[in-house]
Amino acid sequence: MTALVDVDQLEVHFTARAGLLRSMFGRETPVVRAVDGVSFTLGKGEILCLAGESGSGKTTTGKAILRLVEPTAGKVYYAGEDVRAYNRSKLRSFRQEAQIIFQDPYESLNPRQTVFNIVAEPLEVNNLCHSLAEKEERVARALIDAGLHNPQELFLRYPHELSGGQRQRLAIAGSLVLDPKFIVADEPVSMLDLSIRAGILKLMVDLRDQKGISYLFITHDLSLAWLVSDRIAIMYLGKIVELGSADTVIKDPLHPYTRALVSVIPAPRRKVITRQSLLKGETPDPVNVPPGCRFHPRCPVALPRCREEVPPYREVRPGHFAACHLING
Amino acid sequence: MLQIVNRKDRFILLKKNLASFWGIYRRNTMGIAGLVILVCFALMALIGPYFVTYTSAAEGIEKVLQPPSAEHWLGTDDLGRDVFAGVVIGSRISLVVGLAATVISMVIGAVIGIVSGYYGKTLDALLMRLTDIFLVIPWLPLMLVMAALLGPSLGNIILVIGITGWAGTARIIRSQTLSIKERPYVERARAIGSGDLHIMLHHILPNVFPLIFANTILVAAVAILSETTLSFLGMGDPTSISWGMMLHFAFEMGAVAFGAWWWLIPPGICVVLVVLGFTFIGYALDEVLNPKLRRR
Repeated sequence: MTALVDVDQLEVHFTARAGLLRSMFGRETPVVRAVDGVSFTLGKGEILCLAGESGSGKTTTGKAILRLVEPTAGKVYYAGEDVRAYNRSKLRSFRQEAQIIFQDPYESLNPRQTVFNIVAEPLEVNNLCHSLAEKEERVARALIDAGLHNPQELFLRYPHELSGGQRQRLAIAGSLVLDPKFIVADEPVSMLDLSIRAGILKLMVDLRDQKGISYLFITHDLSLAWLVSDRIAIMYLGKIVELGSADTVIKDPLHPYTRALVSVIPAPRRKVITRQSLLKGETPDPVNVPPGCRFHPRCPVALPRCREEVPPYREVRPGHFAACHLING
Repeated sequence: MLQIVNRKDRFILLKKNLASFWGIYRRNTMGIAGLVILVCFALMALIGPYFVTYTSAAEGIEKVLQPPSAEHWLGTDDLGRDVFAGVVIGSRISLVVGLAATVISMVIGAVIGIVSGYYGKTLDALLMRLTDIFLVIPWLPLMLVMAALLGPSLGNIILVIGITGWAGTARIIRSQTLSIKERPYVERARAIGSGDLHIMLHHILPNVFPLIFANTILVAAVAILSETTLSFLGMGDPTSISWGMMLHFAFEMGAVAFGAWWWLIPPGICVVLVVLGFTFIGYALDEVLNPKLRRR
């Protein structure tokens, strides 16, 4: 499997704006280390899941890859080319191939655009259609591909006239119309009803199978990650703590953080009640990242060493990476 | 909003939008009252001047400064002209000047507000300081100085009122732009490769438009009042009759001393009514377009 997207030591730091008084007295401006050295590769036609608590930097990672947020450091390669070095025209063609689907289909669609305009806009912005008939046909095809049948009837509707599931399909159609090769799906189903989720997820997996689209699937729901993805990366406070194939990460987690997350996945009709390890406290403030292993203040098995040394992120087993002092391998 | 399938669909969409808007608007008593007032004045300005004659009496001192009678509904002025005819003819100039100045104000205000809010940083700081200057300068002396410099003509009056009236709008539009540019659909637009101009025209403008529209109505009220003020103070074009100009002449020729109330009061009442009409509509629109204020 050749890598479509290769992320190398990506960092996104936000500088909190210092007030006048603060800068006058020469205090350091606080830096939010949203993403702090993330590396992974995404193969062609692969679904990689970025999972983690809110505030762990999953969404920022996704947006930084698409340069919707400018990375502070690190490299992003797309099909072997450095995304951060793209000029305007290169960036434009990159954005035709790499799309994003947002979490909230109520907010990510302009309330004053009709369905037709929403789906046709990417074509117009990129000057891809020269006749109205061609445009209409491509819009209709994208809507059908996204599972919205009888598209012509929807053309003049506004997003608020559609249901949540239909809206998310519409957002997907707005991406599909450009024939993307790579989609960042930022919690695409977390705002949807449980009954609608399965349909949207199946649609995304089907599109992967038919068109070979690669996904970076961002979610906080591990059971969902397990269901759809080929590989799972667990993020904690701006770093990947564990990455491996979906089955091994869920069934045989290495990192104590992953173990804690996996132990609380609800299992219907589970016979054996496994011991749940509940984490205490909350994710620390990314402005003041704990020294040593970032997870040590909440880790149930932390050693004194964890407070001082940053654990290396290494390949423990073939294809299974983790960053923890306690893993022998 | 700006890209539409074809002409027929565009018409269907427009009808749909107007119908839903009208459905809410017509339940607003204040708004309907304002609309009725303005429609009356608009009709008066459009067709009224074809039915009245506003000429000086050729002879006879007895035709001058007559109180209201069956022949002259609102009496006559110092030159024997019919005051009612003056009010009808003056409505045209007053409304045209007010509306044209409003358009200028709104365009300047919307462009500065959107650009300032969208780009932020240094450009925002510069434009907002400029806006602050226009906000704090007492507008009447500024208008008087500008009108005096440019000279009395209808075009200049429009320009002067337009240039002095945009600052409040720019502030309001900017704050709304700041909120809209952070919405996910703007980010989505960027993700599909849209440029800044495209985003401002297709995503920001349609979403601040209701605000621009509601604000236009309120600015129009002020613009008409400004025109009256400028004309009354003698900065208007003396050859075109507006309500302000009538008041100006009435005052100059000593209508008060003669006790010719019929010469002073009608143009004044017209100005008040038009301003009231615009204000009513403005408040009604605020209520219609801002669901939080809507009564259940």
